[in-house]
Amino acid sequence: MQSQLPIYPEQASNFAPHVDALMLFITGICVFFAAGVTIAIVTFFFKYHRKSPDAIGIPISEDSRLEMVWMVVPLILALAMFSWGAVIYVDYRHTPKDTLDIYVIGKQWMWKAQQPNGFKEINELHVPVGRNIRLVLASEDVIHDFFVPAFRVKMDVVPGHYNTMWFRPTKPGRYHFFCSQYCGTNHAIMGGWVTVMEPSDYAAWLSDSSGGSANPVVAGERLFAEKACITCHLANGTGRAPSLNGMYGAEVLLADGSTVVADEAYVRESILQPNAKIVAGYLPLMPAFQGQLTEEQILALTAYIKSLQSQPVPAKGSGIAPPTGKK
Amino acid sequence: MSNTPPTPDHKLPDDHYLNATYGDGIRSWLLTTDHKRIALLYLSTVTTFFFIGGVFATMIRIHLLTPGGALVTPETYNKLFTMHGVAMIFFFLIPSIPAVLGNFLIPMMIGAKDLAFPKINLLSWYIYVIGGCFVLYSFGTGGLDTGWTFYTPLSSVYSNSAVTPAVIGIFINGFSSILTGLNFIVTIHTMRAPGMTWFRLPLFVWAHYATSLVMILGTPVVAITLLLAGLERMFHLGFFNPALGGDPILFQHLFWFYSHPAVYIMVLPAMGVVSEIIPTFARKPIFGYSFIAGSSIAIAVIGFLVWAHHMFVTGESTYAAITFSFLSYLVAIPSAVKVFNWTSTLYKGSISWDPPMIYALGFIGLFVIGGLTGLFLACLGLDIHIHDTYFVVAHFHYIMVGGAVMGYVGGLHFWWPKITGRLYPEALSRFAAVVLFIGFNLTFFPQFILGYLGMPRRYHTYPPEFQVLNVLSSAGASILALGYLLPMIYFAWSMRYGKVAGPNPWPATGLEWKTASPPPTENFELTPEVTWEPYDYNNRPDLGLSAGAPSPAPARGDD
Repeated sequence: MQSQLPIYPEQASNFAPHVDALMLFITGICVFFAAGVTIAIVTFFFKYHRKSPDAIGIPISEDSRLEMVWMVVPLILALAMFSWGAVIYVDYRHTPKDTLDIYVIGKQWMWKAQQPNGFKEINELHVPVGRNIRLVLASEDVIHDFFVPAFRVKMDVVPGHYNTMWFRPTKPGRYHFFCSQYCGTNHAIMGGWVTVMEPSDYAAWLSDSSGGSANPVVAGERLFAEKACITCHLANGTGRAPSLNGMYGAEVLLADGSTVVADEAYVRESILQPNAKIVAGYLPLMPAFQGQLTEEQILALTAYIKSLQSQPVPAKGSGIAPPTGKK
Repeated sequence: MSNTPPTPDHKLPDDHYLNATYGDGIRSWLLTTDHKRIALLYLSTVTTFFFIGGVFATMIRIHLLTPGGALVTPETYNKLFTMHGVAMIFFFLIPSIPAVLGNFLIPMMIGAKDLAFPKINLLSWYIYVIGGCFVLYSFGTGGLDTGWTFYTPLSSVYSNSAVTPAVIGIFINGFSSILTGLNFIVTIHTMRAPGMTWFRLPLFVWAHYATSLVMILGTPVVAITLLLAGLERMFHLGFFNPALGGDPILFQHLFWFYSHPAVYIMVLPAMGVVSEIIPTFARKPIFGYSFIAGSSIAIAVIGFLVWAHHMFVTGESTYAAITFSFLSYLVAIPSAVKVFNWTSTLYKGSISWDPPMIYALGFIGLFVIGGLTGLFLACLGLDIHIHDTYFVVAHFHYIMVGGAVMGYVGGLHFWWPKITGRLYPEALSRFAAVVLFIGFNLTFFPQFILGYLGMPRRYHTYPPEFQVLNVLSSAGASILALGYLLPMIYFAWSMRYGKVAGPNPWPATGLEWKTASPPPTENFELTPEVTWEPYDYNNRPDLGLSAGAPSPAPARGDD
């Protein structure tokens, strides 16, 4: 399929055909205008070439209607390009519900990806075809960017933030991924391969390769004890801090009366800077863990807290907003 | 072949700004307050930085001939593209047209003897030189490997190169830009000759007015931003480093608040140059004067509201992204207006094929490609694919090199007879313009394709499937280099051996052509009075052309 000099890379995700169609649309408009201007200039250049050394041109007075035409017509076309682009972008930034979540950590100069069962890959990423994949991106040091040209998507990996990106691979194969935000000496070799597999192959690969790898939930549970989280966050809700059972994904009522959905970013912030959002009815007692945990440890803790989602929620001391709030 | 009237034999004036002395020798230059001499001081220093940046660019293109990298280590490569960017942007492109051509021409174009603050003008140059020394010190002692964008926390924490002196140098250099902008604005407001109303100003002056606004309002922001990054590096203050409670995205907002408008600092003056050249060599008033003047101001104003389009994939809010994308499309409209008006000016003109015209038309061609590819990047859905790839590299080189440098070189060709009093070889310079145009396209057009194929920028090594296009680009760069070297050579030659030009060789309609070439120190012997509309050839018998009846008849009459 690929010629010696292809114009676009392989289309291997749900976004790729849309992005390419948009590219062709804009290219069409641009070629039209560029050709128009070029033909006009070249024609005038020869047709009105100076006939005698002291000849002058014929003045033509300003024409407001003409000026309006060449402001309004490009504006309308610009709005069309803008709108189409915005539609794709909103789709890209709006992650669907049923995703397969993979955690990706960038550090100078390698990528670590952690599959849902805890298996870790380095500079490789295996995903099943046809599934919505969500990558949760974190950085250990500087800003990186996870870029898969065949999927037409990228997202910066910013230290101190969780960014997420999603895509649905549509074609099995192996595709390059790159670091696309300059990150220091070996920026150019901070890349690898995404392997898109049939779901059955993916399942087989996952069960084959998970042996020996630490389960993040287990690691997180151990950390939860080691870091003494367990002394306050008692499961039955009687501790100095709210129980975390069932909290993940629920709405939490804060001291200022507002609510927040307990997602990865909230959990992360509450570990690193607990005073940023205080749960209603609790005192700001928790020490900040900023700078004391690696990104992987944070992910393990998050995975453990996530695993408590199905645990029974105590009647008191959970922090979860009562159902009288908005649905 | 020559389309200008056969130049009568002229003699250089006895006294002009080049041979007038205020003291002896070099002191008369280093202590001068004459805007024309200061322009030449700038010409020598920006040319030095252009040369330095050009050497880095050459090494980059040689290195990228092979996928593994042919020339240098990764560390060195990263320093090369960083230093190329810093030298070219802060010390060549931003000062080039304003500080050289603007400095020389603005007082002359409005009929003034000098800028409003001649001593501050000289101070700007010294500040530039001091800033430049800091940056050269950084280049010489460890180099700089942060990318010209200095993104934190890479620059403020992780980089092992000489970031601090570079940041201080750029901070200092910012004041040079601010003072130049201030000088221009005050001069344009207060020192116009009798009859030089706002709507009789040459469009070059309008463009510089808009540029000066951006310089004054934007430069302080980048100066303080880089200073904060430097303070974080030196004293571990947590502005941008998340480990210290800072936010790296804040740096990007502050940096691009200036650095996007900075693109307009580079390209607006070039648009001003082209707006002078086209009516002169079409011998007719420019079409849509007020729309071209107004579009310069519109670009400067809207240009301040689009900065976060550099940040669509940082995770910024979707609403912010949509707003900035929309505003970025708006800023395309005034640029399009200029192109349509320039093109219309050619219609029924008396078009000569003199070298400045070839450069100006080349500018339009390259600027159109650069501007139109901006529409791809402003588009949210496309930017998630092409952001930070070679597509971006190609796009901004089309604007900043294809646009700004082509305009600068074209402007030098247009005003060289005024600056030096001498003409340069005509056929050779026309050839150089064509070489530049072809070389430029060969170098940078393949990079659009590379970018869409997914090659990220700032890569010292790349997958083998990208090699063909990289080799093509490097080949083009060698032609491009010839296109830049040729003018340097024949300009230098012409200063001594060129034919004496006389006061108005083209002839052009501006006030700067109503005095001797080179002009006297005080520019005009008598303050001129302006009684004509801009670019009017019909009511200017003083130009010695067949002025008069605006009918096509004289064009055919007397060959």
